[in-house]
Amino acid sequence: MSGPNSEYDPVQVTPLDEEHVNAMREEALAAIAAATDLEALKRVRAEHAGDRSPIALANREIGALPPQARKDAGQRVGQARGLINQALAQRQAELEIEAEARMLVEETVDVTLPWDRATQGARHPITTLSERIADVFVAMGWEVAEGPLVEAEWLNFDALNLGPDHPARTMQDTFWADPPEDHLVLRTHTSPVQARTMLTREPPIYVVCPGRVFRTDEYDATHSPMFHQVEGLVIDEGISMAHLKGTLDHFAESIFGPGIDTRFRPSYFPFTEPSAEVDLRCFVCRGLSPAVDDCRTCKGEGWIEWGGCGVVNPRVLTACGVDSDRYTGFAFGMGIDRTLMFRHGVADMRDMFEGDVRFSTAFGSEL
Amino acid sequence: MKAPVSWIREYADLPVDVSTEDLAARLTALGLKLEALERPGHDITGPLVIGRVLTMEPEPQKNGKTINWCTVDVGDANGTGEPQGIVCGAHNFAVGDLVVVVLPGGVLPGNFEISARKTYGHLSAGMICSTKELGLGEDHAGILVLPADAGEPGDDVFDLLDLRDEVIEFEINPDRAYALSLRGVAREAALAYDVAFHDPAERKTPAPNDEGHPVVVDDPEGCPVFVARTVSGFDPTAPTPDWMARRLLLSGQRSISLAVDVTNYVMLELGRPIHGYDADKLSGPIRVRRAAEGERLTTLDGTDRALSTEDLVVTDDSGIIGLGGVMGGEKTEMSETTTRVLIEAAHWDAASMFRTGRRHRLTSEAGKRNERGVDPTICEAAADRVAELLAEHGGGTVDPGVTVVGQAPTPRTITIPIDLPARVTGMNIASDTTITNLRAVGCEVDPAADTLTATVPMWRPDLHDPFDLVEEVARIVGYEDVPSVLPSAPSGRGLTPAQAMRRRVGRTLAGEGYVEVLSFPFVGEADFDRLGLEAGDTRRTALRLANPLSTEEPLMTTTLLPGLLRTVARNVSRGAADLALFEASPVTFPHPGEAAPILPVDRRPTDDEWTALNRALPDQPLHLAFSLSGDRDRAGWWGNGRPAGWSDVIETARRVAATLGLELTVRSASVAPWHPGRCAELLVGETSVGHAGELHPTVCRAFGVPARTSVAELDLETLLQRAETTPTAPAFSTYPVAKEDVALVVAEDLPAEALAATLREGAGPLCESVRLFDVYTGAQTGEGRKSLAFALRFRAPDRTLTEKETATARAAAVALAEQRHGAQQRS
Repeated sequence: MSGPNSEYDPVQVTPLDEEHVNAMREEALAAIAAATDLEALKRVRAEHAGDRSPIALANREIGALPPQARKDAGQRVGQARGLINQALAQRQAELEIEAEARMLVEETVDVTLPWDRATQGARHPITTLSERIADVFVAMGWEVAEGPLVEAEWLNFDALNLGPDHPARTMQDTFWADPPEDHLVLRTHTSPVQARTMLTREPPIYVVCPGRVFRTDEYDATHSPMFHQVEGLVIDEGISMAHLKGTLDHFAESIFGPGIDTRFRPSYFPFTEPSAEVDLRCFVCRGLSPAVDDCRTCKGEGWIEWGGCGVVNPRVLTACGVDSDRYTGFAFGMGIDRTLMFRHGVADMRDMFEGDVRFSTAFGSEL
Repeated sequence: MKAPVSWIREYADLPVDVSTEDLAARLTALGLKLEALERPGHDITGPLVIGRVLTMEPEPQKNGKTINWCTVDVGDANGTGEPQGIVCGAHNFAVGDLVVVVLPGGVLPGNFEISARKTYGHLSAGMICSTKELGLGEDHAGILVLPADAGEPGDDVFDLLDLRDEVIEFEINPDRAYALSLRGVAREAALAYDVAFHDPAERKTPAPNDEGHPVVVDDPEGCPVFVARTVSGFDPTAPTPDWMARRLLLSGQRSISLAVDVTNYVMLELGRPIHGYDADKLSGPIRVRRAAEGERLTTLDGTDRALSTEDLVVTDDSGIIGLGGVMGGEKTEMSETTTRVLIEAAHWDAASMFRTGRRHRLTSEAGKRNERGVDPTICEAAADRVAELLAEHGGGTVDPGVTVVGQAPTPRTITIPIDLPARVTGMNIASDTTITNLRAVGCEVDPAADTLTATVPMWRPDLHDPFDLVEEVARIVGYEDVPSVLPSAPSGRGLTPAQAMRRRVGRTLAGEGYVEVLSFPFVGEADFDRLGLEAGDTRRTALRLANPLSTEEPLMTTTLLPGLLRTVARNVSRGAADLALFEASPVTFPHPGEAAPILPVDRRPTDDEWTALNRALPDQPLHLAFSLSGDRDRAGWWGNGRPAGWSDVIETARRVAATLGLELTVRSASVAPWHPGRCAELLVGETSVGHAGELHPTVCRAFGVPARTSVAELDLETLLQRAETTPTAPAFSTYPVAKEDVALVVAEDLPAEALAATLREGAGPLCESVRLFDVYTGAQTGEGRKSLAFALRFRAPDRTLTEKETATARAAAVALAEQRHGAQQRS
C-alpha cells in the first residue's frame, strides 16, 4: 500500500483510472446478478464490496493523489461503490423473498392429521337441560329454589295434603330412611321445595326448582329409581289457572320452539285443586299427527304427556303459613329426563345414569 | 277400570252414532283418563250362525280319540239349505242342541281362517265353536250350547252373543272412586253427552225387619252401615249365565262360580264391594268390632295373619270370620257345597280400610274401592241386587229377613262464593253455569246473593273443599277453555352466586376434558371396604334405607367415589381407555337418633318446630369428584403420550378452585382410598376441602379400574361458600422484569411448596413470582437429597431495578433457604 507522499504528486494511479473502476464495477454487478441464493450473495458481497475487494483496495489509493485528481478519483470510486451496494441490497431483498417463499412451500403439512391429544370433556345433558329450563324462568324474573334430597316425611307428604292415610301415598313408592320412625324419606318429587319456599319466603313467590327425585321403581328403559323433575311455584294475589296455562305455554315455546303450546286434562294431585295433566303439542308433527302422518315422537297422538299441574290447594297454603284468603297460586312439575328423552331422542333411560362417556359427550357443554 | 261400552250404554242413553273413540275422548276430558281401547271380537268375521245338530256319529280313531261326524242344520246360511257336514272333537252336546257354527270363509280370533277340509275321512265344512274359540271365555273346554229359545238355525249370532264389544280401560284417579263402577262411568258418560242416566242403584228394596240374620256393630264409626240378606236353597253347581261371565271377562275378571261371580258383578255394577258367607257355617250373630291384641285370622288366601287393634273384624260365636271390608276368612268361605248364602253389604271407614290393607299388604278389588270411598247409601240396593241374581240364576229363594244396622251419614254441604270458579280458573264462567254444572254432577245447589251452598252427592266423598267444587265446574266447562295469560313476576335477582358458580365449575371441568356423569347414590358396606376405609372412618356412618332396591346397597353414600369408580370400570369394560370423569352431587351424612317431627297441617309450623325438623335432616353437602385413567395426553403422530397421574388431579383441583377465585394449599396426606405416598390434602386457608392423588393399588383392583387411576373428592359446598365472587383488580408494574434462576439442593423429603414459600419470603417485596421448573435427583445431589430449580422474577412498581438490587434480593432468598432448610446452591 502506498503511504501519503507530499513530494510525489502523480496525476494518475492506474487502478483509479476510469477504465479500471468501470471494469471493477461491472464485474461486481455481474457477480451480484449471478448470485442465486443468499449464501452466494454473501460471498459476492465479501469479494466485491468487502474490505479486501478490488474496489476497496483502489479506494485506499485515492489519498495518494494530488488534490484535483483525488477529487475526480473519489467521485468515480464512490459512484461505483454506491451502485454496487445498491445492487447488493436489491439482490438481498429479492433473494430473501425467494427464500421465504421456498420455505413456506417446504413447510407445507398435512392438515388432516388428527389432533386428539386431549380427551373431549362434556357436561351431563340433564344438568345442561336443567340449566336451560331454569334460565327460561330466570329471564322472567323467577328465582331458582333448592332443597335436600333426603327430606322430612312431613314436607314430602303431610304439608302437601298427602296425609298419612291418603291413598295417593301409595301412588308414589317411597324410599324410607331406616328406622321409619325417623320420618325421613328420599324425596319422591320436587314439591317439598314448594313447601320450603313458602315457609321461608314472603309472597309474591315466583320460583322454579329443577332437581333429583327418587322412587322405588325397577330400573329399565323407561323407569329409574332416580330421576329429575322441574317444579314451578307461583304464589301471588289474583293468580288463576289462566296464569298457569300462560306460563306453561311460554315454557313449552322456549324449550321446543315457536307455536308449541300445551293443553290441560283434568287430573288429581293432592297438592293442587283443580289439577291437570299437561300435554305438550308434539314439536315434531306440530300436533298434526295422525291427520298427516304417524309421528314417531308422539306415536300418532299429536300431543305428548309432559307433566302435572294445578292451582295450589288452599290446604297446602295453610300448612305453609300463606294467607289463603289473600293469595292463590299455581304449581307444576315436569320430568326433565322425560323432556330430554323426547327432545333429543334418548331411547333408553339407563343411558343417562350409566355414565358411558359417549352419551354425555354427544351433548357438549350447553343445551 | 275396564268398562264395556255395551254396559255403559245400558245406563246412559248415548246417541247410537257415538263412537267409542269420541266417548273415550270426552270422558278423558272430564277426568276419566283413557288408558287403552280394546275391541274383543272385532277380529271375528262371519258367516257365524246358529246351527241345530241333526245327527251325531261317534267315530273312534286310531290315535285313541273319538270324533263326532255331525250334520248340522244352518238354515240358508250355507246358500243351499242342506245340512252341513262337520267333524267335531267335543262331546258335551247332543242331537237337537242349538250350537254356534262358523262356515267356511269365516275368521275366528287369532286370525284363524275356516275352510272346508278333508279330515278323519270326511269333508268337514266348518266348525262347531267353543266359548274359547269365540273369545268369550277361557275356562269352558266344550262346545257352547245355546238356550233352546236362542233363535232359528241360520240366524246370525254376532248380536245374540254380543260377540263384538268395545271396552274402554280407564286410569281412575284416587279422588274419583265412584268411577270404579259402571254406575259411575255411565253417570259421567251421560254428563259428557248431556243425556239421561238410569241409576242401577235405584231400586225398590224391602223394608228392614227383625227376621234377618242378627248383626251387632260395636264400632259404628268403623262400620256405619251393615246390611245382611240370605238366599236359601241355592244350587252351588248352577252355572254363571254367559252374559254375566262375558261381562266379567271383558271387565278383566275371571268367572269362578255363580256365587262369587254375582258378588263381583254387582261390585262392578254399583261400586259397592259385597262379601258372601256360607250361612250354614255361621254360628250365632255377626258382630263387627276392632280386633283385640293377639288375635289372628287365616284369610281366604290361606295366610295366617296377626291382627292389629286398629283392624276391623267380623266375628260370630266361633270367633273372627273376616277382616271387614278387606278379605273374608277361610272358616265361613263359600264352597261348592254352599246352599245358603249370607250376603254382606257394609260401609266401612275408608281410612281404616287403607291402613288395614297396607298393614297386611292386601290389595284387592274390594279393598281398592273401600279405601277410596264408596257411596254409603247403596248397601241395601246392592245386597238386594245380589240376592235377586243369586235366586234367579242359582235357583234359590230370597229369605224374607232384611237386616240393616246403622245409617248412612248425612250429606256434606259446601258453601262457596259464586264467582270462585271464575276467579280460580281465569275462565269466563257465569253464575248460571256454575249452578248448572254442580247440579249436573249430582249436587243440590242452593244459591244466595254472592254465594251458593252445594249439598254433595253421597257417591262423591272426595268433595270436601270449595276448590273441589271449582274443579267440578271447570272440568264440565272444559279445560281447553282456560285462557293463556303470562303472569308478570316482580324483578328477580337471577341465579344466586352459588348457583352461578356451580355452573362455572362444570364448564371448567368440561373444558379440562372431563365428562360429567350422574350416579345413583346407593352403596353398601362392601363399597366402603373396597375403598379401604377404616372402621372408625366418618364416611362409614351412612344413612340406611328401610326399603332399598338392592339389599347389597342399602346405604346413601357419603362419598362420590364408589359411583365414580364403578362408572370408570363400566367405561373401560366398554372399550374406553383414556378416561376423565366428574360428578357433582350431594352426599349424605346422617344425624343418627334424630327423628323429624310430623307437624300439624292446619297452621304454619312454629320457628322451633321448623328448626327441629331441619335439624333432623342429614347434612347433604354438595361434593365434587373427578377421576383420570389412562393417558392425560394421548400418544400420536406428534410423539409420546403422557399417562395421567396424581399431579393432574391436583392440578384440576387447583383450576376448579381458581374458577371460584380461590387458591388451594396442598399438603401431603395419607388417607384411604389414596396411595399413602401420593395423596394430597387440599385446603382453603386452614379449612380442609378434600383430597386428591393416585388411588391405592388395592382399591384399583377392588373396583376393577385401571392401575394408577387418580381421583379427587372435594367438598364443593365449602368451596362455593368461600368463593371469591367479586375479585379485586390487580395493580401491576410496567417496568422491565429482571429474571434470576436458582438451583438448590435440599433434603429429599422437603416439600417443594415449602422451599418455594421460603424463597418468596426471602426475596422480599421485589420478587414477583417463583416458579419451579426442574426437579433433579442423581449422583451430583448426593444421597437423600434432590435439586430443585426455580425461576425468580423481580420487578419494582416504580422504577427499573438495578443489577445490584436484583442480586441482593436473590441472595437474600438463597440465604433464607440455606438457613431454614440447609439448602445448598448448585453451581
